[in-house]
Amino acid sequence: MATFTLPKNSTIQPGKTYKAEAGATNLKSFKIYRWDPDSGENPRTDTYEIDLDKCGPMVLDALIKIKNEVDTTLTFRRSCREGICGSCSMNIDGLNTLACLKPIEDSVGSVKIHPLPHLPVVKDLVPDLSQLYAQLRSVEPWLKSETPPPPDAERRQSKEERVQLDGLWECILCFCCSTACPSYWWNGDRYLGPAVLLQAYRWIADSRDEATGERLDNLEDPFRLYRCHTIMNCSRTCPKGLNPAAAIGKIKQMMVERQS
Amino acid sequence: MSIMKDNREATMAGRRSDGSAVKRPLSPHLQVYDMLQMTSALSISHRITGIAWSFGVVLLVWWLVAAAGGPEAFARVQWFMSSWLGLLGLFGMTAAAWFHTLNGVRHLAWDAGYGYDIPTTYRSGRMVLIGTAVLTVLTWVIAVIAWA
Repeated sequence: MATFTLPKNSTIQPGKTYKAEAGATNLKSFKIYRWDPDSGENPRTDTYEIDLDKCGPMVLDALIKIKNEVDTTLTFRRSCREGICGSCSMNIDGLNTLACLKPIEDSVGSVKIHPLPHLPVVKDLVPDLSQLYAQLRSVEPWLKSETPPPPDAERRQSKEERVQLDGLWECILCFCCSTACPSYWWNGDRYLGPAVLLQAYRWIADSRDEATGERLDNLEDPFRLYRCHTIMNCSRTCPKGLNPAAAIGKIKQMMVERQS
Repeated sequence: MSIMKDNREATMAGRRSDGSAVKRPLSPHLQVYDMLQMTSALSISHRITGIAWSFGVVLLVWWLVAAAGGPEAFARVQWFMSSWLGLLGLFGMTAAAWFHTLNGVRHLAWDAGYGYDIPTTYRSGRMVLIGTAVLTVLTWVIAVIAWA
């Protein structure tokens, strides 16, 4: 059900401000969403003033600096710091992206940081992704084939067959797209969302996979697939430049084609 | 029929450090997301203009019914439609109809598999907005000339 407002326990209160050390000239404010399960309070927005002369160029650099030097309680996921692990996905200045790939200088005024939208918050910038992982599992994102592979050899693909997977295999499952989708916000209990549907299409498009019919059967559902209304927020926000909306469009086309 | 429960409720249950239960907050969505970007802004406008046009059609039916009902009823509708409020409503309906039609063509192109990349999406979005403005004004210019 679509609820446009936040529940009572989720509205955001004003928080603390951490001033930069005296003498700093190149200042930037970071307004960061905080929620501590132990506090018994609502979420709040804390403001951290950072001297950019002593900070790396990306938003993740600033978050790490804050955690190391200003406030060790700040909690967020990060790992590779080069856009390949998908851990530091969050909402920065109103768009979902990876903090490690987002330059601080992109922000006009303060940098506003929230967790990925419309998810349960575990702590601060860490949302609970278990619904998304369960949905990913439901599309069985692995090769399914009755034909055994040739002895002592790989399953071969032509160059043309391999090209079909470009723009699909690069997905790092950061879920920026799914949590940018208003349709997923309102119907995420049953709609699979752009990230999972792109993964589903990655296996449908694979020439080595023999379960295409089965996979399409599983998706043929008013909610699982057809809650996509081509809003295109997913493709707009993807930090890897992929196009989940196009992948979903191709699944919809295959649904029509197999009926004729 | 019972209303199906949202299975995401289960993930709202969290634990404090001492093990006691706590209800997790929902992260902000409409409150923080940039909803004015071309993608979602045109999508919600498509729905709103669709609904507006449905009401507009009822208004047109009122006109037809009045025309069949006799000169007095028709004169009453004519008086309302040519008032400032009526003209504003008709103008809004023209704009809504053009927007919904043009953006509908955009959706048809997507359904046929074209125009999914983001630069094309933005270009087609701008074309819809410009087309709506031009065709709405053009419709009224023709209407006013025909009327006068």
